[in-house]
Amino acid sequence: MNILRLDINGLLDCLSSWAGGQELYGPVKDGWRRISRDGLEAVVSIPPGAPKAPIKTFFLAQPETLFTFSARHGDDDAWIPTPPKEAPNRRVLFGVRPCDARSIALNSMPYRDDPYYQARMDKTAVVGLSCNETCSTCFCKSVGGSPYGTEGLDILLTKADGGFIAEVLTSKGEGLLEKGTGTPAGDGDMARLKALRDAAQAGTSDTQALSASFKAKNLMQLYNARLWQGLSEPCLNCGACTFLCPTCYCFDIQDEVVRQAGRRIRYWDSCMFPLFTLHASGHNPRGEKIKRVRNRFMHKLKYFTERFGALSCVGCGRCIRECPVNIDIREVIRDLLSVE
Amino acid sequence: MTKNPYLPYPARIDDVAVETEDGNIKTFRIVFENERDRATWRHTPGQFAMLSIAGKGEIPIGIASSPTEEGFVLFTVNRAGVVTTALHQIEKGTRIGIRGPLGNGFPVDGAMRGKNILIIAGGFAFTTLRATLIYLLAHRANYGKITVVYGARTPGMLLYKDEFKAWQGLDGLDLNVTIDREAPGWSGLVGFVPTITERVAPSPENAAALICGPPIMIKFTMPPLEKIGWQDDQVYLSLENRMKCGLGVCGHCNVGPVYVCKNGPVFTREQVKKLPIEF
Ligand SMILES: Cc1cc2nc3c(=O)[nH]c(=O)nc-3n(C[C@H](O)[C@H](O)[C@H](O)COP(=O)(O)OP(=O)(O)OC[C@H]3O[C@@H](n4cnc5c(N)ncnc54)[C@H](O)[C@@H]3O)c2cc1C
Ligand code: SF4
Ligand code: SF4
Ligand code: FES
Repeated sequence: MNILRLDINGLLDCLSSWAGGQELYGPVKDGWRRISRDGLEAVVSIPPGAPKAPIKTFFLAQPETLFTFSARHGDDDAWIPTPPKEAPNRRVLFGVRPCDARSIALNSMPYRDDPYYQARMDKTAVVGLSCNETCSTCFCKSVGGSPYGTEGLDILLTKADGGFIAEVLTSKGEGLLEKGTGTPAGDGDMARLKALRDAAQAGTSDTQALSASFKAKNLMQLYNARLWQGLSEPCLNCGACTFLCPTCYCFDIQDEVVRQAGRRIRYWDSCMFPLFTLHASGHNPRGEKIKRVRNRFMHKLKYFTERFGALSCVGCGRCIRECPVNIDIREVIRDLLSVE
Repeated sequence: MTKNPYLPYPARIDDVAVETEDGNIKTFRIVFENERDRATWRHTPGQFAMLSIAGKGEIPIGIASSPTEEGFVLFTVNRAGVVTTALHQIEKGTRIGIRGPLGNGFPVDGAMRGKNILIIAGGFAFTTLRATLIYLLAHRANYGKITVVYGARTPGMLLYKDEFKAWQGLDGLDLNVTIDREAPGWSGLVGFVPTITERVAPSPENAAALICGPPIMIKFTMPPLEKIGWQDDQVYLSLENRMKCGLGVCGHCNVGPVYVCKNGPVFTREQVKKLPIEF
């Protein structure tokens, strides 16, 4: 791994070359925006916390065209599926917080064999910005992350002494930097980085232990815990939590035909909606709200953890900030851990 | 990257047979358009596939034919909603899409090998059990005695009637086809599946049972089996849930931590009992 020191002009040069050579995106206000060469200032000062719009939008496109087909009867190739030809454009995501970067790594486990997700991963470089400041709803440290975490990133930038320390983490990250960018980081920079990391880590819970406790808990004891009733009562099933959550990755698939040109698309869906599980017979295995609220949390904390070894939550706090009835996953984690 | 798992193979509906007197259940014989797809298709009884109707969507349907029946794949489909209705309306020769095979299937070459087999089905759930029965008969030496209990509301609602006639009297095959109530012209068994099961169920010794049907039928079929010593790990059930991807990703079909599409649809009753009732 290569560590560099960059001053603000050095960073602006990098951004400028990324904005020119490929697509550059960064957090602007609450969303992710394409950044042009003359809009670079917008992304060099980013407010603390993750923007409202989740980073998954770059990997789980809204919608993703799975294939197209002719819906014209009589065409020789009527209905023969044609996968999308053009590969996604190369792009750089800048100013990604370590929690969001980690969500990319977590989602790529269920999507390991998914050609669409992987094609987008291949074409995307992720440049992170560590969090010298956090928000009241941030809790990355309690679920396995760190404000200085590097998982899912190609480069991590940390603000220090009026400039940036750049940790170049992957060969894709190397490829982003032109020769002569920045200067090699000095011993002082390294010490500074280590001190910041250690300070952030101090007093945090052992996250390996957290996954291990959820794995060790009995499935049906968690499922039948008393907390679900009270927790689910105020929920409106609006789905804001799951749509904004970077690690919620469920989708629906539909066919769409416009003037006899058809395509099959997939797009985000939510286990908070009754339709999600409705059978054609009218039977609905998660027909009651309590079952849907429970499924959202059980998937994140128990089912995913059993399957992949980590919680499907990166502690970005979006669901806490945006839930109209103040349902707080931190309390759910705490209460579930005390279920005997 | 290997194959794109979302792309259906082009196939044609080669034949359609109306199975039931109400016309709501039809069996579709499907042939692949590309020789390569036909040649690489391999399935196990109990697996399912996604059938695509262009512009309407895609649905999971159990494979009703046995891998020993070559050159085509059969699906028996009950008309329920958008896609199944569209399928019922299309004509012989029409192109559709097929994706799969998906799911695990019955352990015909695993735990079922060398055992006596009890097959219990109600209504139109006999489909993947037809695939299984034909497979067992094609590899007769690998299995002991086969007992079948199959029930429908009326004689006209029974599937695969001609085949049942042909199976009648085969060596080592005990067929018990029943209807719910007396009906004119019916000289066979009368009574619900659980009642008939109680009468004909074999000993659980060196045996496995496959049960498919409405939840209520399964519920009442278990006590008579338990009474004579059947254990939950000898009983295989096939679950059903709403599905989209069939690949364990989209999240629609989970029952607690398991995905019906990937870890199932076949589970032992022992496994099912440890799960939330979300199917
Ligand atoms: C493993 C498995 C095997 C099946 N085997 C058969 C079979 O052999 N014969 C048969 O007739 N039916 C079978 N079904 C049920 C069949 O999939 C549904 O009846 C069908 O999806 C209804 O689709 P629809 O578009 O007509 O109904 P709609 O109500 O219009 O459904 C809309 C969409 O919801 C989904 N959906 C709705 N109900 C179900 C359901 N019960 N299961 C799965 N997805 C659903 C589908 O994606 C469907 O396109 C099976 C289901 C599963 C899961
Ligand atoms: S955001 Fe809050 S109210 Fe809306 S579905 Fe999620 S938990 Fe329920
Ligand atoms: S569950 Fe909430 S805090 Fe956790 S990753 Fe999703 S939105 Fe962020
Ligand atoms: S159908 Fe998508 S996870 Fe099972």
